Amino acid sequence: MSADTADALAAAGTSQDDDRGRVERAARGVLAGIDPATATTAEFLGACYDAGLAWVHFPVGFGGLGLPAGLQAAADAILAAGGRPDPFLNNPIGVGMAGPTLHGHAGEELRAKLLRPLYTGEQMWAQLFSEPGAGSDLAGLSTRAVRDGDGWVVDGQKVWTSLAHLASWALLLARTDPDLPKHRGLTYFIVDMHASGVEVRPLRQATGQAEFNEVYLTGVRIPDTQRLGDVGQGWNVAMTTLMNERSAIGDSALGRGSGTIADALGLWRDRPDLHSPALRLRLADLWTQAEAYRLTGERARVARTAGPPGPEASIGKLVGAELNQKIYDFCMDMLGPEGTLYDSYDDPADTLQRRFLRARANTIEGGTSQILRNVLGERVLRLPGDVRVDTGKPWRDIPRG
Amino acid sequence: MSSEFAWSTEQVELRRTVRAFAAAASPQEEVRRLMASPLGHDPAVWSRLGEELGVLGLAADEEYGGAGDGLVSQAVVIEELGRALVCGPLLGSVILGATALGALNDTAARAELLPGLVEGRTSAALAAPLHRGGFDPAAVTVTATAHQRAASPDGAATAGYTLRGSVPHVLDGAAADLLLVAATIGGADTDDDDDAVGLFAVNAGAAGLIRESAPTMDLTRRQATVSFNDVPARLLAAAPEAAAVLATTAETAAVLLAAEQVGAAQYLLDLSVEYARTRLQFGRPIGSFQAVKHLCADMLVLVEQARSVAYHGAWALDEGTDDPRIAASLAQSVCSKAFTQVAAMTVQVHGGIGFTWEHPAHLYLKRAYTDAALFGSAETHQERLAQLVLDEAGAP
Repeated sequence: MSADTADALAAAGTSQDDDRGRVERAARGVLAGIDPATATTAEFLGACYDAGLAWVHFPVGFGGLGLPAGLQAAADAILAAGGRPDPFLNNPIGVGMAGPTLHGHAGEELRAKLLRPLYTGEQMWAQLFSEPGAGSDLAGLSTRAVRDGDGWVVDGQKVWTSLAHLASWALLLARTDPDLPKHRGLTYFIVDMHASGVEVRPLRQATGQAEFNEVYLTGVRIPDTQRLGDVGQGWNVAMTTLMNERSAIGDSALGRGSGTIADALGLWRDRPDLHSPALRLRLADLWTQAEAYRLTGERARVARTAGPPGPEASIGKLVGAELNQKIYDFCMDMLGPEGTLYDSYDDPADTLQRRFLRARANTIEGGTSQILRNVLGERVLRLPGDVRVDTGKPWRDIPRG
Repeated sequence: MSSEFAWSTEQVELRRTVRAFAAAASPQEEVRRLMASPLGHDPAVWSRLGEELGVLGLAADEEYGGAGDGLVSQAVVIEELGRALVCGPLLGSVILGATALGALNDTAARAELLPGLVEGRTSAALAAPLHRGGFDPAAVTVTATAHQRAASPDGAATAGYTLRGSVPHVLDGAAADLLLVAATIGGADTDDDDDAVGLFAVNAGAAGLIRESAPTMDLTRRQATVSFNDVPARLLAAAPEAAAVLATTAETAAVLLAAEQVGAAQYLLDLSVEYARTRLQFGRPIGSFQAVKHLCADMLVLVEQARSVAYHGAWALDEGTDDPRIAASLAQSVCSKAFTQVAAMTVQVHGGIGFTWEHPAHLYLKRAYTDAALFGSAETHQERLAQLVLDEAGAP
């Protein structure tokens, strides 16, 4: 929740209960009008959107009711209990990141055109941010967008793009001025993934699968109407996207013993022949850590409905990623020689071995653990930043490689 | 009562009040003065906490002088007292004494003994083995002998007992007005294998009671070895009630001590971050170096997780929303590790100054390792969790 929203909540005072009632009535109204068991996902989510329950803090007519974001939970509780398909899982980048970014930075025409099919999942979204030369240092990216009449021409390569092969639209961050310091020379666009010059190639990973893609952009034309924010303001717009990435991850409640710890508990239950006293204590320790992680997530969720997120909301990704690795390390050690087998690298089954390999990416994707510790240190604890060698330098003069 | 992690505005205000009181009445110079004094605390400050602020019996029932607010409110208070290392018989009187008395069936004993503790006028200590992560009847080292008149036709209610034995590590034991003692009840003339445990009350002035203060690493926390040489005692709970009372006491103590661990660890995190912001080496604040910054980030993670499990424990015990054995062991295993690690990291972030006597880090380091050993180590509690989660229930 933004500070603005928190202020609005506080200022709302007595009217807050009325607003909650309005949200709850709207949610029940949707369920009375359409049955999620018989309607398609798109039909049902479309009804939610039209009732203003997609993002209650968005304006009326754009999937919202103009109410404090904290009231979203009231709508979600009723709709989820009524059998609503999860809009986030249905279109994660669209609903989690593109929606809030469009809300914050797109004009009325674009929002009117894009938000509804985004929420219903009829148009999937992808995110064209990371590049082979710009991972943790996203602002150092090289993809160029050059002015050409009433539009832009884009050339470059993006990587780790999930859902690119299914996406209709993507969020794009590109360099429009290489002579400015790196954060100031970026501009934010949305790009039609079916446009000429957009080529999507699957990117094979250590598990043998290709969950992600490389996206090559060659002479791709983007009309200037698809620019979000001013030229050179791309970094600020990207911050909106990335802030929502963090809050989208870890939004769902977990019960005790669910999540990745369930794999270790299941292995322990199913394979008494592999038990040892040392593994038993190690699993108890992991279970304890999983509980501390789970309960901190619960606390963050409760806090979010009451005000701006506290430090408890910032640690989930870091802790969860490292915990996943420890859990699958445990599974591998418990499996012993069995863990050295791998069914197929062409079409791997969802085995513990595959999950073990996949977990290695958890501490890299969505912010490396090292960057996240910097974020905790600098944004939460307000420690001073590191000495920088790239500050103030034109982007083209910064060493890359 | 409220749902988990939704602290009421009263609880937020309570935290503010206790923090302000601790800052005014127990600044660090005062902690250092008291830790060098024979008694180890200021009875006037302690009774102000009880009578003026009314924060020593928030979990006790109102009819016994408490507030009936529950453990969450009491945990908030203990967190703040721990943050400032406020000296006093917190363990003996509040965390153990009031908890054990509050769990008794004997309402007369409760009415007689609880109000003094809640008001901070009297203090208590519990002589019972809780250091293995729960009450351990096999580790009881005191025996109780019933007087001859116990066999009178009037029944056991008039029976008197004497205690024999010695108990080490009795927290706040040297100065306590009231000793609560776990003792194995065995008649001198019985040779059956009845080793049922009772809970007894012994007055400070009782004949045959010998209390020796033990020198402690944490000078802000007092311990005594208490010996009983045929000391007359009053039975508060017979078997099997006493074991149940002590098991409940161990669970509650685990959760309340966890709150203290959270408060003290949070103070150390704040102290370390402030130092990392202002200490200059190589021409820059040391907090700008990632090696130091990441230590601080890891401390933040430890503190936040500790807070989650400690208050989960308080809510769970208040509302019955979790197996109290699991909630208690979870709280102690996570918070003991968090506080000891944060304390060690605090010394490291501070470098040489953090190892000096004048710096507060060592006071908290000693508290951290002492707390971790009092009611079962982190490993002890993880062993209990292994039994409850992996062995008994299978995978839930």
